[in-house]
Amino acid sequence: MIGLSDYLLLSAILFAISVAGIIINRKNVITLLMCIELMLLAVNTNFIAFAHFLDDIAGQVFVFFILTVAAAEAAIGLAIIVVLFRNRATIDVEQLNQLKG
Amino acid sequence: MSFQVIVFYSFAAWLIFAALMVISSKNSVKAALFLVLTFASASAIWLLLEAEFLAISLIVVYVGAVMVLLLFVVMMLDVDYAALRQGFVKKLPIAIVIAAAFFAVLYSFITSGEFSAENYAAPAAKAADYSNIKALGRVLYTEYFIAFEIAAVILLVAIVAAISLSFRGRRNRKAQVVSKQLEANKRNRLKILKVDPVESAQPEVAEQEEAKS
Repeated sequence: MIGLSDYLLLSAILFAISVAGIIINRKNVITLLMCIELMLLAVNTNFIAFAHFLDDIAGQVFVFFILTVAAAEAAIGLAIIVVLFRNRATIDVEQLNQLKG
Repeated sequence: MSFQVIVFYSFAAWLIFAALMVISSKNSVKAALFLVLTFASASAIWLLLEAEFLAISLIVVYVGAVMVLLLFVVMMLDVDYAALRQGFVKKLPIAIVIAAAFFAVLYSFITSGEFSAENYAAPAAKAADYSNIKALGRVLYTEYFIAFEIAAVILLVAIVAAISLSFRGRRNRKAQVVSKQLEANKRNRLKILKVDPVESAQPEVAEQEEAKS
């Protein structure tokens, strides 16, 4: 039978993969957004696993709200990327250093 | 091996493979499509955990809305992806080291026995007429009602922010600008010229007389 630790290990692997993705895709903002979505997915899997094994539905309610906020975050992030690309013609994070003192 | 074990390990393998492809694929469109695969296999895992409503809404909301939006943006931007991947190989070792260290910490924590099967026994199977949506809705509309309303406001704010960020407005629109209309007064609209009637009328009269003759 699959225990809680199996689910936790799966989401830990997923989280580690997305951390690696954030480090290696430091230039591409779109891939960074995707890695953040992967991280949220790992966290949500943790929440749902605990909600199942503790038999408490509050964990699922949490995931519901995380999904809402993540959708809002993705929409605003993509709008920012569009505006950024329009103004600078690049989405390279390392070229966005105009605020550097 | 029971059916659930087979489902868990096969979808977990798909999940990890697709996540690895998301972070390593050259093309952002491919990465987005692999992210769709990641969400699909994750929703299968969530179904195993008896979170049916969230599994379906992951497909509907994420794959159906967020990923389509992401794909639209990826295809709209004309980005040189090869240039964005410079330094990919250079950063790979340090990324692997950090991810492995991160995973090692989590692994030692998870397998320490705190989350073992003795402490967290699998809950009893739900009755056949148990509805996950009903149970979720019952707490969502009572206990978490204010949070639910705030989530709705957050979505509204996201709509307004996304539109106001990316909407440029049409260039030659025949719309009235109310602030300019209110700003208008007699001084900057009306100009009274003192015209000498005799001098200016003279050549006109002469021209008319010429036309007659």
